[in-house]
Amino acid sequence: MKAKFIIPLILFLVLVGFLAVGLNRDPHEVPSPLINKPAPAFELPQLADPKQVFTPASMKGQVWILNVWASWCVACREEHPILIELSKSHAAPIIGLDYKDKRDDAMALLANQGSPYLLAVSDANGRVGIDYGVYGVPETYVIDKNGIIRFKQIGPVTMELLNQKIYPLINELNKS
Amino acid sequence: MIPEFGHYALILAFCVALIQGVLPLIGAHQGRREWLVLARPAAQVVFLLLATSFLILAWSFYANDFSVLYVAEHSNSQLPVIYRFGAVWGGHEGSLLLWIFLLSTWTVLVSQLSKSLDDFMVARVIGVLGLITTGLLLFVLTTSNPFERLFPAAQDGRSLNPLLQDPGLVFHPPMLYMGYVGFSVAFAFAIASLLSGRLDAAWARWSRPWTTAAWIFLTLGIALGSWWAYYELGWGGWWFWDPVENASFIPWLVGTALLHSLAVTEKRGGFKSWTVLLAITAFSLSLLGTFLVRSGVLTSVHAFATDPRRGIFILIFLALVVGSSLLLYAIRAPKNTMGGKFSLSSRETFILLGNVFLVVAAGSVLLGTLYPLLIDALHLGKISVGPPYFNSVFVPIMTPLLVLMGVGPWTSWKDSNLMTVVKRLWLAGLVAIVAAILIPKVMGDFTWLSSMGFMLAFWVIASGCLQIVRQAKAGLPTRSFIGMQIAHLGIAIFVIGVTMVGAYQEEKDVRMLSGETVSVGGYQIQFQGVSDEPGPNYRAMRGTFSLMRHGKVEAVLHPEKRNYFSSTMPMTEAAINAGLTRDIYVSLGEQLEDSAWAVRVYYKPFVDWIWGGCLLMALGGLIAITDKRYRVKLRKLVA
Repeated sequence: MKAKFIIPLILFLVLVGFLAVGLNRDPHEVPSPLINKPAPAFELPQLADPKQVFTPASMKGQVWILNVWASWCVACREEHPILIELSKSHAAPIIGLDYKDKRDDAMALLANQGSPYLLAVSDANGRVGIDYGVYGVPETYVIDKNGIIRFKQIGPVTMELLNQKIYPLINELNKS
Repeated sequence: MIPEFGHYALILAFCVALIQGVLPLIGAHQGRREWLVLARPAAQVVFLLLATSFLILAWSFYANDFSVLYVAEHSNSQLPVIYRFGAVWGGHEGSLLLWIFLLSTWTVLVSQLSKSLDDFMVARVIGVLGLITTGLLLFVLTTSNPFERLFPAAQDGRSLNPLLQDPGLVFHPPMLYMGYVGFSVAFAFAIASLLSGRLDAAWARWSRPWTTAAWIFLTLGIALGSWWAYYELGWGGWWFWDPVENASFIPWLVGTALLHSLAVTEKRGGFKSWTVLLAITAFSLSLLGTFLVRSGVLTSVHAFATDPRRGIFILIFLALVVGSSLLLYAIRAPKNTMGGKFSLSSRETFILLGNVFLVVAAGSVLLGTLYPLLIDALHLGKISVGPPYFNSVFVPIMTPLLVLMGVGPWTSWKDSNLMTVVKRLWLAGLVAIVAAILIPKVMGDFTWLSSMGFMLAFWVIASGCLQIVRQAKAGLPTRSFIGMQIAHLGIAIFVIGVTMVGAYQEEKDVRMLSGETVSVGGYQIQFQGVSDEPGPNYRAMRGTFSLMRHGKVEAVLHPEKRNYFSSTMPMTEAAINAGLTRDIYVSLGEQLEDSAWAVRVYYKPFVDWIWGGCLLMALGGLIAITDKRYRVKLRKLVA
């Protein structure tokens, strides 16, 4: 048996190893070092009107949600109706962070599918995404009245998550 | 009762497939003729049983039998009949059944069209296919039974995802699967040859038309999916580098490499080990694609509900099939003798180079697709890889490939004089350079990227035309030759489409009141208003737009915004005025305050060339498989 003919087999076995580990890990579940830390400050232009800026400080005193999204992100489209649902419930305002996106594309998506956001801001070069440790799009943060991150979801928000985790959390945070 | 018959047929199919997979292989190994002749009848019985099972599932959909869980989950009494049929493969269980059914269809075709092959070879090929069928049937029966009952029966079904209620999507999965699954034939031939130790030109000649056939289906399936995304997602994009799209594209790239490598093995007896490895890889990647889509290890819009048992089963199956094949390869492949010698400037070299680029491209797409998973498994965090990675990696790999495509067909086997080739090709080079300068000027905006796109496309076209003229003078060219030229022309047409759309598309997002006009790409589009239109299982808001040029109305467009009763998400039905040189694409957004609407308008130059190019590629493949040397065999067969 010549060595070079075994290489494909070895490569494949390594791949299987990775797949086996990957199978046992939920791609949506990520621990974040930012939990219970203050949400990083930023100042970004608003998507609808780039002349106006938004800062997280303006949300002080209320529980709010930061949702990282982009028009190129396919999983966000899956998440979209759930976010609309969330916004209709008026549980908490949602701020959309449009991550590494073209403004036209993002505006078109919101025009087409409806906007769940109180307002959306544009993080065109992904600077703020780095501060927030964005792994992938979409991501969702629940931030309390004092600007502390209380929960982070990587990957699309589901109806189940909304009912079991996010609504109860918002209720609890609103009481305190 | 009827669904139980379907289930029963599946169980029987499993038992017979086990016989088909085991006995002929042992028979061929030990020289027991009475065992190996079982291959053909067993394959036929499996096919009949699976066809029965598949038809019963289809009937359950047609008859709205909501006591079948799978039907209740994916259909609805209001669903139009054609989509009820499409819904058979609208979910996990049904699409797996379709996968297996198509696998056994290929198997039966092989068993019918292989009369001139020796019995040992046929037994091995059908045996290998039988083992794959067995494994997948076990998977269906243990984790994904489509005939599971729901008691008490549902009043009405949950209905098919509105995104999938579209004619394009009815045909997309069967096409794609035919391609995916079709690579199993090349795979089985490769394994059978490794087992028998007879890797020769005859083996390559046999595998070639089968591989081409699978490749044609895969090409059409991918094109259909892309076209669907273009008009259905209301988005105007035609490719998203989504994991599931990639899962079909990676086998396509490797399959394309395999087609070319098989040519070398057939004509020159070279690259044997490499060709076998490609045949194994192409099918392994199809299986891997199935694993990625079905197990939910990656996030994608296409991902179905995830059940960990399913993921583990497919992974073990994948490991067994691919692992044992590669082990067999490691043991047997070194025994192959090298093919004929060839010089650095021969056609062999060019095909090999092309192969390398295709495989590297497949590898980088695979890496990008799996990267999030690898990083996660190594506990390095979670990431997602988007179009920026794929575009910046893929385009530079494709560029040299297109350059090679212009030269390769001119070279001859074994050795050719590069100087004569260069002398013949100067005209093609000139055409390419003129196109690279002229077309961007005509389109009004010069960018290096688009200029390069046109240069490469016209290089391939001009080189092809020159060669066709040359061949035609020397007598009628073979169908293989014509097929190759058409397929290569398809690539060039595709590149032109991609370049044009990438560089010169115009899009406008506007707020429109009735009577207002927006202009895009030299056309004026006037908004006439929106009306209410009921559909069979949805209500639509239907817009009316006049498409005008120089003040004359050329067409009336009706984009829709549909609310399906079964879903909360509004669907966008774009209206497209298609043309050879441009599409005008209008999609209706949200209703804004005081009867104004958000409207998105695109001018997409040459966008249909993208799919036109794919059709040409498939047509080229079709012409190539009707080549005389394969027909001779068919005629013998009929006689």
